[in-house]
Amino acid sequence: MTIVETPEPRQMMVVYSRADRIFRRIVTGGALTSLLLLGFITAFLVMRSAETFRQFGLDFITGSEWFSAGEDPLGGAVEGAVEEVDESVFSIGPMIVGSLVVALIAMLIALPLSIGGALYIEFYAPRSIYRVLVSLLDLAAAIPSLIFGLWGIQVFTAIGVRWATLLNDRLSFIPIFSVEFENFGRSPFVAGCVLAALVVPITTSVSREVYSRTPRDLIDTCFALGGSKWGAIRSVVMPYGKSGVIAGAMLGLGRALGETVAIYLMLNLVFRYSFEILDSAGGNVASMIALKFGEATDKEISALIASGLVLFIITLIVNMIASSIVARTTPRA
Amino acid sequence: MSTVANAGQLTTAEPRRPWAVSRSKRLLGFGRMLTFAVAAFVATILTPLANFDGWAVAFLLINLAWVIGIASKLGAKERRDAVLRVVITSLAVLAFVPWLSILVTVILKGYRAVYPGYFISDMRTSTPDDELNIGGAGHAIVGSLIMVAIATVVTLPLGILTGIYLTEVRGRLTFLVRFIVQSMAGVPSVVAGLFIFATVVKSMGQYSGLAGGLALAVLMLPTVSRTAEEVLKLVPDDIRSAGYALGARQWRTALLVVLPTVRAGLSTAAILGVARVIGETAPLLLTSLNTNGFVWNPIGGTVASLPTYIFAMFMYGTEYSNARAWTGSLVLLALVFFFFIIARRLGNKSALKANANRRK
Repeated sequence: MTIVETPEPRQMMVVYSRADRIFRRIVTGGALTSLLLLGFITAFLVMRSAETFRQFGLDFITGSEWFSAGEDPLGGAVEGAVEEVDESVFSIGPMIVGSLVVALIAMLIALPLSIGGALYIEFYAPRSIYRVLVSLLDLAAAIPSLIFGLWGIQVFTAIGVRWATLLNDRLSFIPIFSVEFENFGRSPFVAGCVLAALVVPITTSVSREVYSRTPRDLIDTCFALGGSKWGAIRSVVMPYGKSGVIAGAMLGLGRALGETVAIYLMLNLVFRYSFEILDSAGGNVASMIALKFGEATDKEISALIASGLVLFIITLIVNMIASSIVARTTPRA
Repeated sequence: MSTVANAGQLTTAEPRRPWAVSRSKRLLGFGRMLTFAVAAFVATILTPLANFDGWAVAFLLINLAWVIGIASKLGAKERRDAVLRVVITSLAVLAFVPWLSILVTVILKGYRAVYPGYFISDMRTSTPDDELNIGGAGHAIVGSLIMVAIATVVTLPLGILTGIYLTEVRGRLTFLVRFIVQSMAGVPSVVAGLFIFATVVKSMGQYSGLAGGLALAVLMLPTVSRTAEEVLKLVPDDIRSAGYALGARQWRTALLVVLPTVRAGLSTAAILGVARVIGETAPLLLTSLNTNGFVWNPIGGTVASLPTYIFAMFMYGTEYSNARAWTGSLVLLALVFFFFIIARRLGNKSALKANANRRK
C-alpha cells in the first residue's frame, strides 16, 4: 500500500527587494510629515505660549480682561531706574464662551437646513437638476469665507437685524433674547446666521454623500411594504445616515469654531461675559487673534499664541471626534 | 404609420410613460404656485411681514395650508408625506438662497470697477479712494498666485506620498496617518498663520511671500493628501496584480503602473487644494500682510494677495474702495471657480478611465 503524499501548500510570503525597501521608506517618510507637522505645530504653540501660561495660569482661560501695557518707548530699562511694574493682563474667558455661543447658533440653524437640503437633493429634486445642484453645492463650499463676511455685512445685516428686532420684540422675556441697548447689528445672532450660511455647504455635502449611499434595496423594500417617501426616509435613510450626519455636523462645528475673517467683520468683540445673543457684543478667539495681532507687543503676541493653542486644542478635539466617527462608519475599501 | 398600413398583422406598441406627469397637470401646478406667489405678495402688503424674507415665509405658509387642506381627504400617512415634502423643499431652498445671493451680489457690486487696467496695474500711484479707472489689483493677483504656487510645490509631493502610503505601502501607521490627516483638515486657518509667524517669520525677521505660501501649505496638505488617497483607491487591484505578474517589484508597479493611470486625478487633487486655499485671508494677515506694489521676490518683505487686498479695501471704507473690494471678490471667486471647474473636468475624465479599466 502506497501512501500518496500531498505536498504541503507553499507558504506565501512577501519579499521586498532592496529598492522596494528604499521606496517604502521614502513614502513612509513623506506620509509622516503630516504627523510631524501636527507635532511641530503643537510644540511651537506650547513653547511660545509657555510664558503666558506660567504668568496667568488658569486665569488665562477663565478671566475676562485683556490689557496690554505698551512697551517702553525708549526700549529697555534705563540703568539705575526702578523697573516699572508690567500691568499687562491677558485672559480670554469671554472669547472662548463667545466662540462656543456663535458656533452653537450657527449649528442650530445650519443642521436642519443641511439635512433638509441633503434630503431634497437626494430624494425630491427632479433628476434633471440633480447634477446641477450637486455641482452648485461643491462650488458653494469653495466660496472664500472673506466673501461670506462681506456679503454678511453689506447684504445680510439688514435682514438679520430685522429678525433680531422681531425676536427681541416678542421673546424678550427669555433672558438670552433681552438686550440693554437696542442695537442688533454685529451681534452673535447675526454673526451666527452668516456663519450658518458658511457651514451649510460643508454639512450638506457630507450628509448628502451619506444619504446617497443608502442601499437602494432597503428603500425599495420600504416602498414595496407600502411605505410613503417620508416613511422610507424616516425609517431607512435617516437611521442609516445618522452617524455620517453627526460627523458632518462635527466637521462643520470645527469650521465654525475656527472661522476668522467672517466673524471679524460681523461681530463686535467685547471682553465681558455675555449671553444676550442679540446684543451687539460677543467674543471669538480666532477673530480676536486677528484683531489684536496688528499692534501687539511681544508679550501680547505670546498671549495671542496661547489663545491660538486653546483654539487649536478645542477644534482638534472636535475634529478627532468627527474623524473617528467617519473612520468607524465608512466601510474600508 | 406603417402599422396602420398592414393592419391586422402586426401592431407595434408605442412606448409610453404612464408615470410621467401630464402637461396639463404641470401647467396647473405652475399656475397654482404663481397664484400663491401673488397671494404671498399681497400678504406682505397687508401684514407686518416685509421684504423678500417675509414674502418667503408667507409663501411657505400658504403652501403648507394648501397641502394640509388638500390632504384632509387623504389618510394620515399621505398627509404627513405631503407636509414633509413642503417642509424639506423649503429647508432646501433656505439652504441654497444665501449662496445664490452671494453670487448675485458679487457680480452686481463687482463689475463696477472692472476695466482692463484692473488686472495689470497696482496701487502705488493711486489711493483706494481714487476714481475707479486708475489703479488695480494686478499686484494682488500676482502675489496670490506666487504664494499658491509655493504652497503647491511644497504640498503636492508630500500629499502624493501620503496617498501612496495609504493605498500602496499600507504600513503599520496607515490608520494613524489617515486619522491625523483628517484631523488636520480642521486646523483653524488663523492657527496655521500663528504657527508660521512663530517659526518662519520670526526666524527670517520679516514678513514674506514665502511665509504666506508655507502657511497656505499647512492648510492645503490635508486636502491634497485626502484627494490623492481617494484617487489612488479607484485604481483597480487587477492593474497592480498585472504589474506584479510581469515581474515588477512594488516600487516599479507603484511608480510606473499605478501612478500614470491617475495622472489626471492627481492634478485634480492639486487643483482642489489650490481652490481651497486661494481665498484664505486669516493666515496671510499674520504672515505676508499687504503692500501697494508688485513684489516678485517671495523673500523680499510683505506681499499683497487678493484676500488681503480685498480686506484692506473694505476696511478703508469709502465708496470707491468698497467697489474695489467687491471687484477683487469677483476676481477671487472667478479664480476659485475656474480652478474648481478644471478639477471637476479632469476628475470626470479620470473617473471614466478608472471605470473603463474596471469593466475590462
